[in-house]
This record gives sequence, C-alpha cells and structure tokens, in this order.
Amino acid sequence: MTADIANLATPPSPEELALVIAPEHGPRWHRLPIVRQLRSSVGLQRGMLVAGLLLTGIFVLSAIFAPLIAPYSWAQLRDAHGLFGSQQAPSSAHWLGTTVGGYDVLSRVVWGSRTALLTILAAVVLSLFLGVFLGLVSGYFGGWLDRVLVVVADAIYAFPSLLLAIVAAIVISGGQSNLWSGILAAAISITVVFVPQYFRVIRSEVVRIKSEAFVESARVIGSSSARIMTRHVLRNSVRTLPLIMTLNCSEAILTLAGLGFLGFGIEPSKAAEWGYDLNKSIQDVTAGIWWTAVFPGVAIVLTVLGITLVGESLNDLADPRLRTRRAAGGGRKRAKDTVQDEGATNQPEDAR
Amino acid sequence: MTITNDLTAAAVAPAPAEESRGKKGGGALGRYLLVRFLLIFPTVFILVTVVFVLMRATGDPITAALGGRLPPDQLHERIHQAGYDRPILVQYLDYLGRIARGDFGTTLSDHLPVTHVLATYGAATLELAFYALVVAFLVGIPLGRVAAARRDRGPDAALRVSAILGYATPVFFAGLVLKLIFGVLLHWLPTSGRATTRNLITMKTHGARTGIYLIDAISTGQWSVVSDVLQHAVLPALALGLLTAGVFLRLVRTNMISTLQTGYVEAARSRGVAERRLVRAHAWRPALVPIITVIGLQIAMLLGGAVLTETTFEWKGLGFQLVQYLNARDFVAVQGMVALLAVIVAVTNFIVDVIAALVDPRIRY
Repeated sequence: MTADIANLATPPSPEELALVIAPEHGPRWHRLPIVRQLRSSVGLQRGMLVAGLLLTGIFVLSAIFAPLIAPYSWAQLRDAHGLFGSQQAPSSAHWLGTTVGGYDVLSRVVWGSRTALLTILAAVVLSLFLGVFLGLVSGYFGGWLDRVLVVVADAIYAFPSLLLAIVAAIVISGGQSNLWSGILAAAISITVVFVPQYFRVIRSEVVRIKSEAFVESARVIGSSSARIMTRHVLRNSVRTLPLIMTLNCSEAILTLAGLGFLGFGIEPSKAAEWGYDLNKSIQDVTAGIWWTAVFPGVAIVLTVLGITLVGESLNDLADPRLRTRRAAGGGRKRAKDTVQDEGATNQPEDAR
Repeated sequence: MTITNDLTAAAVAPAPAEESRGKKGGGALGRYLLVRFLLIFPTVFILVTVVFVLMRATGDPITAALGGRLPPDQLHERIHQAGYDRPILVQYLDYLGRIARGDFGTTLSDHLPVTHVLATYGAATLELAFYALVVAFLVGIPLGRVAAARRDRGPDAALRVSAILGYATPVFFAGLVLKLIFGVLLHWLPTSGRATTRNLITMKTHGARTGIYLIDAISTGQWSVVSDVLQHAVLPALALGLLTAGVFLRLVRTNMISTLQTGYVEAARSRGVAERRLVRAHAWRPALVPIITVIGLQIAMLLGGAVLTETTFEWKGLGFQLVQYLNARDFVAVQGMVALLAVIVAVTNFIVDVIAALVDPRIRY
C-alpha cells in the first residue's frame, strides 16, 4: 500500500488516500476480503469483479436453496397429473422442457448446481491441504525427496488431466455411482490433477522464502523446523493461493462435467449432474431438440465464467502493478496487463 | 509457464545448467538434448506406475468386466489364467517388462492388442488434432496480434472477454451448440461421423487407406469425396480449435506487448517508425517463439479435448474408442490406452522441446 503512494507520479487524491487508509479506519466489514477488493476496484475491473460475484452468488444460492427453487425433485418423473413425458418442449408446466428420460430440465439444472458446489468444496479442500503440505515439505527440506516429487509432479502435470481423472474415477466408483461416491470420485480425480499445481507454486515460493533473513534468524535462535515452516514460511508463501483456488473451482466444474459427459456421471436417480444431461442430449440435438442441451450447458458456462471472472479480478487487484487506479487529477492512469498478469492467468488453460 | 519450466529443469538437471552457462557452441545444446531425452524415461515410468497403481487399487479387471455375469468358479479360473491372482509386485514387474517390450495389453472385450487399437484409430485423432491446430493458429495468432496492437481499447477488451468465455465453455457444449446451429438449424454441415457411408466405401476401395481421410480422399481423385471429408471436419475442428485459439490469443498478446516495450522496438519507435510497422515488422516474430514451447503443453490438452470432441461428433478416433471401452467396462483396454498415450505425450513433449531449443538459443541450458 505504501509502495503505491510512492509510485504515483502525482500526489495522491483524497479518494486514493482514503482508499489506502480505509482498511484501518473504515467500518469493520470494509476489511472483509472480498469487500475490500470491491472497494479498491474501479472501471472495467470493478465491472468484471461485480459480474463475477453476481454469477457466483446466483450459483451458490441456487445450490443452497435448490429445494425451494426447483419445481420438482431431480429424479421426479411424474406429478399429480401423471407422467411428465419425454422431450417435451418448454411450457408453463415445465419452463425449460423435459429430458429424454422424462425429467424436468429446470429442476435438474437447479439441483445440478448443488452437486457442482459440493464437488468444488471437496476438491478444493483435498488438493489444497495435500498440495500445500507437499510443497512446503519438499521446498523446505529439499534433497532427494524434493527432486523425486518435482519429477512426479511434472510427469502428472504434462499428462491430459481428463484421462487421469477417468482412471481415478474408475478406481473410486467403478464407473457408476451415487451422489456421494460420485462427488468424491470427481473431487479426488480433480485432486490428483491439481495437487501438482499447488505443489509447484508453494514449493517455488518456499524455496525463495527459506533463504530470507528472517528464516535464518529463526533458525539461529533455535526454532524447530515445524515452527519455522508453519509460522514463517507458510504464511508468506500463500499469497498466490486465492487465484489458484478460484481456477481450481472452475476446473473442478469442467472436469465433473467432462466425466459426466463421458458416462462417468452420477446416476440420474441419485443426483442431478450437468455433464450427464449433456451426454444424454447428444441425440436430441441432431433431432433439433435444443432445450435439453442448451440449459445445462449454459449453467456450466455461466458458473465457470463467474468464478473465473472473480479469480482474474482478484489476481489483478492483488498486484499493484496490475491494478487500474482511480483517476488521479486529469488523465486516466492505467498500469495493468503486464506480463505477470498473463503469466499467472495462463496457467489453467495450459493445464486443461 | 516458462518460469515453472525453468525451475523444474534447474531442479532436475542443475549440473549441466551451471556448467554450460559460460561456454558457447554445440556442447551445451548436446548436453541439454541428452538430459531432456533421458527425462522421458522417468516421466513415462511414473505415469505408467500411477496408472497401474490406481487401476489395480480396486481389484482385478476381469471381475470388473464380468463379475456377476459368470459363476464364481469360472470367474476364478479366468482370473487365474490372466495371472491376476499373483502377488501385486510380481504383476507390476511383469507389466513393466511387457511395456518395455511394447506390449500394452490386449483388450478384454474384443481381444485386440492395444497397439493395434492405436494403429487403427490413432490416425483419426491425429487428423482431428491437426485440423484443430490449424484453426487455433488461424484464429488465435492474428487476433492476439490485434489485441496487442489495440491494447486496452475496445477490440482488446472484447477479445479478452471472449477468451475467458472460450475457457469457460466446455468443448463438448461448444460442439453441441455448433451442431445445433450449423447442422440442424442451417443445414450447412454434417453433424457426425467423418464421411458419408458412400464416400467411406469409395475411399476403402479406391483410396490410399492411410486412415487419414483427407489423404485417402485426395488419392481417390474425386473432388466430391474430398469436400465431403472436409465438410465433416469443420465443426469438430472448430469446437476443439477455438479452445486452443483462446490460449494462443492470450499468449501472442502478452508476448507482443512485452516485445513492444523492449529496447530495440523503443529505438525503432524513436527513429520515427510507424506503430503499425513496429507491430508488423519488429515485434511480430519474436512474439511467436514462445508459442512453440506452449504447443507441447497444448498436446496434452488437445488429447483430453479430443476425447470429448470425438464423443460429441461420433468421430471414430482414439477418444471415441476409449469411451466405448469405458462403457464396456474393459479396464485392461483403458489402462493400456492411457499408458500408451502417456508415452506419446512424453515423446511429443521431448520433440517440441528440441524444436524450441533449436529455434531459440536462450532455451539451451
């Protein structure tokens, strides 16, 4: 923050000063993570962040309140008036039509968000803990363990993640599965793919930080390795994690959908899953039945888009060099989109 | 990407990196290529081991495929015949030995060697990946150039948003939407398969039978066949190619922006060279070099994407076949194909790294 002021060519405007000082003096809720970034953003970046938060908010709300929003259950085939019927066009009874299996599309799209959210949570927690732990140990202690882990992580990283996820899904669920084993299968498959990424990022940070003076002084006064690792190294090396985590979330949804699309989805009677519905709609599309494919697909796109926008904006805002600054004096001052920006954000796509 | 790659290379091969820094000439390159070549083996070994451990953690493939359909005593006999009741370590060593001899197993469902499956369907996947790369180059690179030249203005913002949108759209959904629009609503293009049945027969009888249909079609000498084959390829190539195009776009944009800020471009600018010419003549080529490195990583992504694209368009390639085996619960075939793909990915990455090292002297350690 202070560096920001020093970098400015013109003296900081009152707004900008307020911005810098705000976290210390504003109301307590201004210091909450997302709120702070929202307040410090401006222009296109704020637009991206707001749009992302909005889409993500809708996704999370529909996942939590699925029973209230969805007109029917995900596996419901009939109501008081009899069977829904298969491949019915959108109507007042079924706003988004029905699938080839006779399910209500709207209900399955809404319930699908819950499956997606659960998968994200499980995948992120698993890969975060495992990746951070391995990266920390490997980077701090070095030696042969480090070399082996780096080679293993590289080998896995270079491999098509979907194929690895397929193999992992076979192991965990044997192909078909119910809600929890399906979610766990997807989550663990994604973890296998993501641990190397957390590992690499944390490890390179740890390698850099461990040669810093404060780590050495801690060692000199006799702190234990465990204490140095957790207190001094870990806390300074998690800076980049939020970005990877959001990317991890979008990747998790895409992998879950990909697995579902290939027939490794959760059975329709156990839970709703967007990828499975898309798989069942391949034949529909050829016959001109568009609603069974478009709505689950749009749900995936919007969810991933929302999370990715939040991640990209947070990444830009976290780096003073990339942050678009509020207009100071006359001309607009822009200092975003340097190489670091893309260097970090390119990662997810390469990994896919 | 490059940062992490450098890190890894330094961690794996610190000695050559240190030594060669002061020297000049072919020695450094030769050593780099050797180290890079030797790295193929641990990579393949690790991936094959991971796949083996994962697949065998659940039990044996015969029970998975036939369990419940055969009486227990017959099942046991089949398991015994295939050697799945031996200690796991013995099986693992046996498996490694056979892979070293190029034997990736035989499918349970149709008793074909996995290498034969690859030879039969690999050409189709290769063809699809080639088309997709062409689309990615044609779309991604010029647009990346536009975005860099118009940085932070309208076109750039629009292109960046579409790149994010491209990332957010699963390749199979993009495929379904393309099918819906161009196949079903507009009736412009066929929606599935690689050629119409009549042309397939023409190619079988008159063509070259390479499996790469474009070559086969050209060898028949009939233009109707060639155009049919190309028409079938348009939608799958677009679906898979646009995904990669987004990556290329961002990469070219970033590289060009940083090249436009380098000293020599600044010098040209101060001599009064027009901005348009700076982009075209000065910053353009250096920005393309990193693309070569990234293609290596894209190969893996393309293979994963190809599995989904082939399923969407019933393009009978490796991915389509893999899904057939998955549905038949033929896990021997799946394991073999994944292991074989691991080898292919490792070798392709090596080739790409070699090309990158030859093109860009900075990559040699």
